[in-house]
Amino acid sequence: MFKPSHHIIVGLELGTSKICVVVGALSHEGVLNIIAVGQHKSRGVRKGEIVDHDLASEDVREALRQAEEMAELRIRSVYLGVTGAHIKGFTNRGRHHLPPPERQVTEADIEDVGHNACALGLPAEREVLHVFRQHYVLDGRGGILNPIGLTGEVLELDVHVIHGHSERLKTPINLVRQAQIDIEEVVFNGIGSSLAVLTPQQKDLGALVIDLGAGATEYVVYAGRVVRHSGVLAVGGDHVTNDLAYGLRLSQSHAEQLKVEHGAALMAPEVRGRTLALQANGLESDTVSLENLHRIMSLRLRETLDIIAEDVDRTGLLSFLRAGVVLCGGGARIPGICQLAQEVFGLPATVATCRDLGGQAASLDQPEFATGIGLVRFGATRVGQRRSAGLMARLASKVGGLLNKTAKP
Amino acid sequence: MNPAESHPLPEETSAPGPRVKIVGVGTAGLRAVEHLAARAAGALPLAVVHTDARLLQQCAVAERVLLGEALTRGWRAGDPDVARAVAEGETERLQALAAGADLLLVVAGLGGSTGSGVTPVLARVARDQGCLVLGVVTTPLELEGRHRARQAEEALRRCHTAADAVVVLPNQRVIRLVGEDCLLQEAFDRVNDVLAEGLLGLTRLAAGRGIVSVGFAELCETLRGRHSESVLATGEAAGEGRVREAWKRVLACPFLGGAETLAQAQNVLLWVEAGSLPLKELSHVMEEAARHCDDRNILMGAATDPALGDRLRLVLVGAVHSHADAPAWTPPPEDPETEIVERPASSAEREPPRARRFVPPPPKLTPEETARLFAENKRKGKQRKTASPRNVQFMLPLEVVRKERFEKCDPTRYRGEDLDVPTFVRRGVRLN
Repeated sequence: MFKPSHHIIVGLELGTSKICVVVGALSHEGVLNIIAVGQHKSRGVRKGEIVDHDLASEDVREALRQAEEMAELRIRSVYLGVTGAHIKGFTNRGRHHLPPPERQVTEADIEDVGHNACALGLPAEREVLHVFRQHYVLDGRGGILNPIGLTGEVLELDVHVIHGHSERLKTPINLVRQAQIDIEEVVFNGIGSSLAVLTPQQKDLGALVIDLGAGATEYVVYAGRVVRHSGVLAVGGDHVTNDLAYGLRLSQSHAEQLKVEHGAALMAPEVRGRTLALQANGLESDTVSLENLHRIMSLRLRETLDIIAEDVDRTGLLSFLRAGVVLCGGGARIPGICQLAQEVFGLPATVATCRDLGGQAASLDQPEFATGIGLVRFGATRVGQRRSAGLMARLASKVGGLLNKTAKP
Repeated sequence: MNPAESHPLPEETSAPGPRVKIVGVGTAGLRAVEHLAARAAGALPLAVVHTDARLLQQCAVAERVLLGEALTRGWRAGDPDVARAVAEGETERLQALAAGADLLLVVAGLGGSTGSGVTPVLARVARDQGCLVLGVVTTPLELEGRHRARQAEEALRRCHTAADAVVVLPNQRVIRLVGEDCLLQEAFDRVNDVLAEGLLGLTRLAAGRGIVSVGFAELCETLRGRHSESVLATGEAAGEGRVREAWKRVLACPFLGGAETLAQAQNVLLWVEAGSLPLKELSHVMEEAARHCDDRNILMGAATDPALGDRLRLVLVGAVHSHADAPAWTPPPEDPETEIVERPASSAEREPPRARRFVPPPPKLTPEETARLFAENKRKGKQRKTASPRNVQFMLPLEVVRKERFEKCDPTRYRGEDLDVPTFVRRGVRLN
């Protein structure tokens, strides 16, 4: 079905509500098509982290099997998305003295300053997931994207580092390995989502991507085409359901159903005093207050966004986000969530659409699939780098600074 | 690990810093002070108060006060009420004991007779003289029986009223640390260890000679006049990852009762000490602190002490949230509390004490209120004020629902709040 020149890239997201496998085919010309999706209800994951190994393992196998059937191929390796409260992001600056007498920035200097920026002094149990180059600073002059050829004394580099707890990262890695699947790379889910939903223009203007998942909420800030900030809050749709179950005295499944069918992120004046009839065994048994349902949801969602706003505001980036807030994940489906985000952040907010999708674009253009698609897209940039490194090594070396921007130094 | 042996306390200098005095009351207090004397090698002014002449004779501490010799013939008071009466009769001697001190740490084991009876009186007398009084008390083991537990509850209530702040170390919590197989003597040694560490931590903090200074003044600010439940915790660690390890010890400290208590702390003083203190570690300490309590409430002090070598030590003191919606304490006059509150008649002739400050009248409680306050003290960690019976009903399913979904994972904390608890519950929003 696909020529050997097609490169198969698989993204695997171990979500709290669903396990999702997205299969993409990257043509030789660099066109990415999504050719298959496998998904299964997730039972062994809480707050983005595996709590029941056996159940999670079963669900992963099922999702992979579905994807393999649909794509008519065998999945050998995946890009694995991870999340959880243990994942943290921070920005670090590395410094390198340019050797006299030349004092002209060469590729070796770029490499050195990259190494220095990664010398972080993280505790032993932290493992670095991503290092994103932001900007070079030459003798205090900032905002340089490619310093090769410039002269100066001190070259500095700002990097955004995303790291996680190595033991807690190992759990999903081992689980996938036990299914006889290789892992190409471990990717932070927030990065995946942002790759799927942001256009280059949005990255340039500055945007905040919030992935409102079931177990955890990830957020990533792009500005000036680079990752400026990232974080995870281990609060998600599950918390909303739990709040409802507690507040309205319902079972979890019932609360989940009500959330999906009647939920809202803002309190509308017309719901005041309204009630919903509950169906139990086909009989109307009880009623719940719609007003309370909306109040509980809006309090929780507003709090979640408030915490993110506070964190992003601390970095001073909030006023640089001219493309506004982009919401994805299952939580982006909640009616009124955009207005709520606009209120909280004071920025325009939109629900994400996955950009530039070939293949089954229409069925996949849903905010829940942003992470899975983003993982494939992440893989595609990696493959693209490898190809260019092989075929156009010389050319690549010339624009190395630019290509390296999203690569691990 | 025995911190006091290798790094001496701040030495006495001629410049008048805050004078800290530690007084042990009753048998448990006496043992704790003896234990402390053995560790701190006489660097601190220590004293003991008891009604038992024989125990006092055997005691190695220099300043010993025997109360109620005329009444009990030195055979100890058998009942907290007797001990309290004895102490009220000899307040002058207690005044002399507290004279000259700025910070008085009263160590006692509640539940017995002397500790339960004398401690509140001593605390009140010292406070009247202008001391900052901090009670550091233990509560009896469960196996010691209901009678002692009741006496301890009663005494704790009186201590809360009389002292500026009370730090409670439930012995039961220490036992949980050492395990059931431990010998009784070892268990009490362990309790004394914990007490000594806490006391030494407090004295260091009060001395407050640091690069980033936090000291007696801040301690006063945090604790004075709150009559509140307080938290005290110490932790010390060395080598790679010492900040994390020290924090782990702080959270495991039996004084504290886990991270939940810390999360409720309203004002927190954090004292960081190490041989050398890189900025990075200090910021790591603060990051950890912000995870466990609201970082707007943290006041940090730091000092370097070459004697510590590779080690890093954390001392944490705080006052636990008092509930804003708690009704004002307005007691009926026949409340037994009044007998504590009233000055002895002799105070009229007495000279006005040095450094007198305004002492607000101690709160008095109705029996229902006291019962409720105790219930609250017991279940601290998950307390929320429940104003109406409807809300009481409402609280019940909380644990059940919460654990159902998030039992297998770490709680999500932000600024000391547990985000797994529904937002509307934490904010106190009523549903209609």
